[in-house]
Amino acid sequence: MTAQNASVTPGVRDFPNGGGAAALLAAGIGSFMVAVFAILGDQSALFKKLFVFYKPTGPLSGVTTSAIVVWLVVWFFLHRRWSWQMVDMARVRTAALILLFLALLLTFPPLADLF
Amino acid sequence: MEITTRSLLTMIHGMGFGALYLMACSGALVELHRRYRSPLKPAIEIEDERFLGLYLTIMAVLAWLTVLTGAYVIYPWYRAVPPAGTVDLAGYPQRLLMSSPSTIAWHSIGMEWKEHVAWLVPISITMAAAVFARHGRNLKVQPELRAAVLAFVWISLFAAGIAGFFGAMLNKNAPVQGGATIHIVQGGEK
Repeated sequence: MTAQNASVTPGVRDFPNGGGAAALLAAGIGSFMVAVFAILGDQSALFKKLFVFYKPTGPLSGVTTSAIVVWLVVWFFLHRRWSWQMVDMARVRTAALILLFLALLLTFPPLADLF
Repeated sequence: MEITTRSLLTMIHGMGFGALYLMACSGALVELHRRYRSPLKPAIEIEDERFLGLYLTIMAVLAWLTVLTGAYVIYPWYRAVPPAGTVDLAGYPQRLLMSSPSTIAWHSIGMEWKEHVAWLVPISITMAAAVFARHGRNLKVQPELRAAVLAFVWISLFAAGIAGFFGAMLNKNAPVQGGATIHIVQGGEK
């Protein structure tokens, strides 16, 4: 979809899609990082120890906090870069959805334990 | 009739924030599908745009409240380690589940999945709220972005469903108990 299509719909702003694409891809990356950090925290004694940011919650505190930090940092930089651009949304959408599906699968313990 | 503070807070986490999110998510999906489905329909009104933006923002707040109370209030009680020699594990839900082959999977699969997959929910719905805040009615002419946001909201519903299901089953098999007792109603003899 291009900005040309936007202009033919009454009442709709002609607006670049970069901001939305940045949020979408960052959410995919952030979700994927939850799974990656969860596997690291589970499989590696070093990371299990490093991820204890708050003792009562244990490694979960570091796993999720780290993933959220990565998500927000990636979002910030992608937004700065793409905010006022038209980007290839099909590619961004595919990448974001693949990352989200992988996150969903890799948080499932029998699959996560394969690593 | 009485309830302990831990049970009350677990109920607020699960049945308050979590269940409310699940219901709100169903509503959001219906609204997003209905209002953007037909390419022939005009873009949504300004009032609808504001309403949906506010609705998604409230959902994001609910999702964050659910995971934060879960991870930082309820989970420490769940994973508490009993002193050596403790026989009654009722106050230590994780250890209680792990003490029997018939219940250990509720922890090793249920809690292990729930505690991580639940975090996909606030990430997804915060993104959806942010995209909607930025693009609003403009999503009408950006079907790829709209479809992707909808897919994230669907998966957030699925992930919240997994977390909710296992949360309920975990609390059924090994309830989080303890803390001060709150007397709700003084019962009389019937």
